[in-house]
Amino acid sequence: MNELPQQLVNGLLLGSMYGLVAIGYTMVYGIVQLINFAHGEIFMTGAFGALTVYVYILPDGTSMWVALPLMLIGAVIVSVLVAVGAERFAYRPLRTAPRLAPLITAIGLSLALQQAVWAWYPEAKSARTFPQIPGGPFHIGSVTIQTGDIFLLAAAPISMAVLAYFVMKTRTGRGMQATAQDPDTAKLMGVNTDRIIVVAFALGAAFAAVGGVAYGLKYGQIDFRMGFILGLKAFTAAVLGGIGNIYGAMIGGVVLGIAETLATAYISDIPGMDKFGSQTWADVWAFVLLILVLLFRPQGLLGERVADRA
Amino acid sequence: MRQRSLIAITAALAAGALTLTACGSRGGDKGSDSGKGGTTVTIGVDAPLTGDLSALGLGIKNSADLAAKTANKKNYVKGVTFKIEARDDQAQPSAGQQNATALVADKNVLGVVGPLNSSVAESMQKVFDDAKLVEVSPANTGPSLTQGPDWRTKKVRTYKSYFRTATTDAIQGPFAAQYLYNDAKKKKVFVIDDKKTYGAGLAGTFTDEFKKLGGQIVGTEHINPDAKDFSAIATEVKKSGADVVYYGGEYPQAGPLSKQIKAAGSKIPLVGGDGIYDPTFIKLAGADSTGDLATSVGAPVESLPSAKQFVADYKAAGYKDEYAAYGGYSYDSAWAIIEAVKKVVDDNGGKLPSDARAKVTAAMQNVSFDGVTGKVSFDEFGDATNKQLTVYAVKNGAWAAEKSGTYTG
Repeated sequence: MNELPQQLVNGLLLGSMYGLVAIGYTMVYGIVQLINFAHGEIFMTGAFGALTVYVYILPDGTSMWVALPLMLIGAVIVSVLVAVGAERFAYRPLRTAPRLAPLITAIGLSLALQQAVWAWYPEAKSARTFPQIPGGPFHIGSVTIQTGDIFLLAAAPISMAVLAYFVMKTRTGRGMQATAQDPDTAKLMGVNTDRIIVVAFALGAAFAAVGGVAYGLKYGQIDFRMGFILGLKAFTAAVLGGIGNIYGAMIGGVVLGIAETLATAYISDIPGMDKFGSQTWADVWAFVLLILVLLFRPQGLLGERVADRA
Repeated sequence: MRQRSLIAITAALAAGALTLTACGSRGGDKGSDSGKGGTTVTIGVDAPLTGDLSALGLGIKNSADLAAKTANKKNYVKGVTFKIEARDDQAQPSAGQQNATALVADKNVLGVVGPLNSSVAESMQKVFDDAKLVEVSPANTGPSLTQGPDWRTKKVRTYKSYFRTATTDAIQGPFAAQYLYNDAKKKKVFVIDDKKTYGAGLAGTFTDEFKKLGGQIVGTEHINPDAKDFSAIATEVKKSGADVVYYGGEYPQAGPLSKQIKAAGSKIPLVGGDGIYDPTFIKLAGADSTGDLATSVGAPVESLPSAKQFVADYKAAGYKDEYAAYGGYSYDSAWAIIEAVKKVVDDNGGKLPSDARAKVTAAMQNVSFDGVTGKVSFDEFGDATNKQLTVYAVKNGAWAAEKSGTYTG
């Protein structure tokens, strides 16, 4: 049996999830040059928001087809509220502070959100099970796709299309582009930059929430630490794709996901490399790829070369 | 503006520093109640109380607490009141070592129950041994902890203060291999581990025995304990044509791993050690986990007559968390410390001697009593003499005992 198509699909799925989260990193960075390290936790709170809707709000035994849209809405509401709250109370007061202050704030906020969920969400001290879409796996040739993955396969491209339309065609979207290029001039031209920044945080959070629901459906469990590693990977994906570029975030995510999967599956088959295969080394190979890309394209795969504004 | 942010940061730092001092000063007001009549002896507990493994850790803490309360209620050691000082190691060796240092510094601590993880134990052993403070682990199964790094060829005890009530991987891994090969008739195994002391050790002893019996290892993989996506490995398992997967590791990864292996199309059981023997494993692995197997130390706690009292007392005490896989062993570990303290106090005319720690450690070697999990006593390496193991299978969403036995080399 040829397992390559299956491994590519595995990587594509993992990468799509990285991509959904990476969009938030890249949008916020593009506009305020802040690496929002709490973004992984916004992803996590979104997943818990969806779980709350399913477990505590909807009556028992609600069909997943009815529940899923409502869970998505719940996830987006929670993530957006957390992100907008973080922007308003943690980042905005520090907007003119030296660059390192909001960065440290972000790390602190990340820990605080993790611990808050751990302490106050019912039974969140160990992993909680997430509802699953019923139905068996689908087989396309030699490739098996789980029902939970269908959501991710559909959500990632739809989200990207919506985002592209929003940024290119709407007034707020063009305001975002203007703010990203030059916040001071944009302000002079009548763009409400404060509002634009809030919108960037909210949009990023909404995509993270979709990613959070996808994570729950795919792995069947969520826990308070799920955002930390995934956040780091998504940040890596954003840098790989070119931070500041929304398409780059998705491309970077997919490249990273596929690289990790293929490294896990195939490196150990190369003669003499059996010690460097396996999943524990996959992250190493993913970062080797990142370094190689950055050596030849410092701006990332799709990034534009911009003057350093520091 | 810049000024304001500076003030904000300073304020935050000051608040942080204050919090830290508050934590540190907690040890200061201890022992104040030892003045009036009786002596207070503290039994330290070190286990992961937060994080992935907290279900097991909280069970350890509560069970040790129950032992202390029972001893106090019975006035088991005259003039001595036991209390528990529980510390969270987050399953991290570095945190474990800090906890060990803190427990050593507290003069009231005469024994420690824990830790859960063999890798954490490695970081704590020397700290305790230097202070001659006795440590009894309810859950460590790494053979090298008691029998030295070369335990396969030459057994040497490294730390005289370390004991455990759990059986080792040197027994557990081969026991699983014999069960799979002889009873379950599985011949082709795919071995996966998480590279931690416990997981890799278990996978190693399993592999050796399975090969010796004539079985075939069709693949090996190592997973990343932080990962949740095992789809690439699941696809490899399917390709290998294995009829069983052996996993050396713990349930937070084993659950999703089992689920993803089955989802990828391999309808084969996942088998692990006591690290996956927890209800959470079934919750995480989902409905497809039926038929998955786990070995665990001792006979099932619920089936032992000696354990009935423990289970009833545990329920009566109203702890929020389950006693989990190591509850009985934790109770016995704490009780072993209580027995050793009793011996030392009795030998010294009803009072604690000044070198109580060294005396308690020495007394531990000869402790012997009927505990929750059966006869509790220790061999010349500090290992439990009780070498019973049980195979459990997932049936109807719960672990059910399949076969109990003793491994005989």
